[in-house]
Formats: sequence, C-alpha cells, structure tokens
Amino acid sequence: MEKCKSKIPFFTTLGIMLLFYLPMLVVAVDSFNPGRYSGSGWNGFSMRWYVKLVQDQDVISALINSLIIGLSATATAVILGTLAAFAIHLYTDKLQKVHRLMLITLLGIPDILMGVSLLLFFISLKMELGLFTIFLAHVTFCTSFVAMTVLARLQDFDFSTVEAARDLGAGWAIIIRRVIIPQIAPGIIAGALLAFTISIDDFVITYFVYGPGSTTLSVYIYSMMKHGTPVIINALSVILIIVTFIMAYAINKLMSRKNENIA
Amino acid sequence: MRKLSKAINEMIISTPSLLWLTVFFLIPTVSVLLISLHPADQYGNIMSGFTADNFKRLMEPVYMKIIWRTLWISAVSTLVCVVLAVPVAYYMVACRESVKKCLLIMIIVPFWTNFLIRVFAWKAVLNPEGPLRHWLIQLHIISPDTLLLYNIYVVLLVIVYTYLPFAILPIFAAADKFDFSLMEAAYDLGATRRKAFFKIFLPGISSGITAGTLMVFIPALGSYVIPEMVGGTSCDMVGNLIAERVLVGRNIPEASAWASVLLMVIIGLLGLRLTYIIINNFRFKPWDNGKV
Repeated sequence: MEKCKSKIPFFTTLGIMLLFYLPMLVVAVDSFNPGRYSGSGWNGFSMRWYVKLVQDQDVISALINSLIIGLSATATAVILGTLAAFAIHLYTDKLQKVHRLMLITLLGIPDILMGVSLLLFFISLKMELGLFTIFLAHVTFCTSFVAMTVLARLQDFDFSTVEAARDLGAGWAIIIRRVIIPQIAPGIIAGALLAFTISIDDFVITYFVYGPGSTTLSVYIYSMMKHGTPVIINALSVILIIVTFIMAYAINKLMSRKNENIA
Repeated sequence: MRKLSKAINEMIISTPSLLWLTVFFLIPTVSVLLISLHPADQYGNIMSGFTADNFKRLMEPVYMKIIWRTLWISAVSTLVCVVLAVPVAYYMVACRESVKKCLLIMIIVPFWTNFLIRVFAWKAVLNPEGPLRHWLIQLHIISPDTLLLYNIYVVLLVIVYTYLPFAILPIFAAADKFDFSLMEAAYDLGATRRKAFFKIFLPGISSGITAGTLMVFIPALGSYVIPEMVGGTSCDMVGNLIAERVLVGRNIPEASAWASVLLMVIIGLLGLRLTYIIINNFRFKPWDNGKV
C-alpha cells in the first residue's frame, strides 16, 4: 500500500495518544508526590499515599464488595451470555433477531437510563437495595458483553468439526468437552475478563441501585471525589490503570489467537 | 420430529438469557415509559391515574434550555470525535501489524479504565493548583484569575476524551476492511489526494462513521457525571436532572418523564439507522462487496 503523504493523520494520532495518557501521567506523578498537587511543587518521591491506601479500611471493604459483585456477576453472565451467543448463532428465526437486538440495545443505552429503570423496578418490587440488586444489574449488562464477544468468536467456529466428531461416534458430552469448548474457550475467557473489568469499573448503574453497606470501589471513589480527601485516589488510579492494561493485553491475546488457527 | 427437537433445543439454550433480559431490561424500560404518565403525590411517589403533566413541565423554558444544551453538547462532541477519529483510523490501517496492535491496545485501555478515574485525572490536570494552570499563567496565556475548571468547554473536552475510543474503534474497523486499491485507481485516473480521500475513502468507511457517530452521540446524551464533576450547575444536562429527581428532590414520575424523553430520542435514532440499513440493502456499493 502506498504510504500516506499527508502528515495530518500522524499528528492527529500522536496528539490523541498524548491526550489519552497525559492526564494519567499527571495522576501517576501526583501519586508519588507527598504534597497535595504537583503544582505545589515536587516534594520528592514517596509511597505515602500507597501506604495510606492499603491502610484505609473503607477502601478495602469497598474493594471486597466490588470483587464479590465482579466475580459473581461475571460467572452468571458467562453462562447466560455464552448460551445467548450460541442461540443467536445457531438459529436465525425472529425470536433470535429480537434476542440479538436486545443485547445490542443494552450495549448502546446510556447507563443512566439503565440505572433509573432498574432502580424504579427494584423499588416497585419492594426489594431492599444492596449487593444483590447490584448483582442483578451487573449480570444484565455483563451478559451483553459476554454474548457479543463469544458471538464474534463463533463466527470463526467451524461447525463441520462437530459433524465430523458425530460421524466418528462421539457422544454430546465428548463433543462439548473435546470439540466445542477448546475452540470457543478463548472467546469465553475474553468475554469473562471484559465483563469483569466493566463490572469493577461501573459507577453510574451501581450508584442508582446500591444500598447502605454495599459501597463498591467506584461508588467509594465518587464519594471521595465529591467530599473528603481525593489524594489517595491518585494511588488507587495507578493500580487500577495497571490492572486494566494487563486485562486489555490478555483479552487482545485471546481474541487474536483465531488468526493463527486459520492460517 | 427432528424439527420439534430443534425447537426444543433452541428454547433450552435461549430461554435463560431471554428471560433475564426480559425481566431486567425490557420490563424496567417499558415501565419507565408507563410511570412517566402517572401523576405524582406530594412525596414524589407514583399515584394512580393518567396525566401528561410530567411532559408538560418539561416544556418550561428552564428545562428547554437544558434539553438544548444536552443536544448541542452531544452534537458538538460527536462531531469532534468523528473528525479526530477518521485521521487516526487512516493512520492506523497504514501501520505495520505490530504497531497497529499496540495502538489498538493503547486506545482500548483508556476506554476500559475506570470512568471516574478518567474524570478525576482531568480534574487533577485542570485543578487551580494543578500543573497546567500554573504553566499557562507563567506563559501569560491565561490571566491568574482564570479558572480552567467548571465551564462548558471543559465538559466538552472531557466528553470527547471519554467517548473518543467509541468513535475510533468502529471507524478503524471499517477502514481496516477498506480496499485501498480503490484509492490507487483514483490516483491513476487523475484524482488529487484530497479528492480521493473525500470521494473514495470517506464514502467507503461510511458504515464505520455512522456507527461511531451513534456510539458517541447516544452515551453523550446520557452524560451525568462529567457535567456534575467538571461543569458545575451552569452546565447541567438531562442526565443531571434525572439523577436529581431520583436521588435528591425525589419525584419519580417526573424523573421517568425525563428518562422517557431520552429513551424516545435514542429509539428514534436507532430506528432511523435501521431504516437506513434497510434502504441501503437495495443499493449496490462496490466497496462493500455486496455486504451490508
């Protein structure tokens, strides 16, 4: 392909990368600065905020809540989402078209609408707001992410391998375990990692359906930003950004493995 | 017999998620529309009976202003996102495979990083005691009494920052499938680079541009944390009104009316998109290889 002569695309890309990472860099620098803001000068390297962070009981319990929700919602969503992806992929009737449309709409709908509608729904059922209502909300959007990821993977799945296994006398249990799962597993794992990341990060929906004693990490960050001391958020941000990087790398590796299989 | 068992199989694998989505997505969404038609009692709870009062209140000038602000902020930030995303996608597809992958991860990471932290990072950058304001004052670009935070431009900036990956990813996906030999053909036929870019490349990636536009515009319409955190009360958007009516000045039917308006706009947009796809089905586009 002929190289692009205009410099605009290169400089736009460079500018956007700077735009993406400069704020994160400022946060990272601030997190090692014992002073409050970098504007007040660099006061030497310090792990003070990190020590403060791990000693903060509220942060720890919010983290535990986030992990409980993240793991349980992901586990449930993996089952629902994988089944949904198979249903949509295997059957092409009207019902599955509606199914697909619902999953896609869920991805696109602003969080605030989902938060409000679920809150009103829980209130009308007289359900007590807490970890369980957060779990129900998170499973809903996580299912959508898992289904879409697995569906992308299924599009490369060769169903003739199933036929071949059947012709060779394999039972369904063996086909599922030895033929389907190994081919679909990277998609499912990538979907699960994505769902877990999104669940841990979600703030808006959680904020509407959380109750006393079920503060998650995001809700806690929000309350720290609104009132109180935002300084330890810097340290927390750095940790979360690093975790996100690892997750993104892992998901990317899992999803691109398909190219090697085909080649 | 075979047909019957196929139907049963379909039921078994699709029922769990269909049921879940119906209970926790479809029913709550539809009930928001219904609640918005009920009157509220003095505590903001839902009363029986039907009324259009909740929607009439939205027509008041104060609220119309907020609706317009929401629309123009979303429109401007969508435009900026798409205008920035096209050259980035154009640059990325020309890169080596390894660089492409690296750039892709670098675009995905901010998109998956905790949303509040991204907003917080901007607050740290633009903070009165932060580095940027310090330098700008020293370089005499701004006067010492200028605040960088709490204005409409910062809201726009942070919305663009937050949703830019949503625009880049679909536009990149479309550009990646684009057949660049069409550009060469245009050059050979005497087209300038500019003309080839606007007449061949842009129409060729139109599906990505439409997807990117919707993926920025729709969530931008629902912005709530960004105007609250970096904008202050003079930058309230519809999302802030919904949150306020639900969480603070409790009025459930009015909150539902606001949510319904937002929902209706989004359904309208998606409906338009769907009609467009259906119409396009009957048109022949050489660069899509007949696919839609």
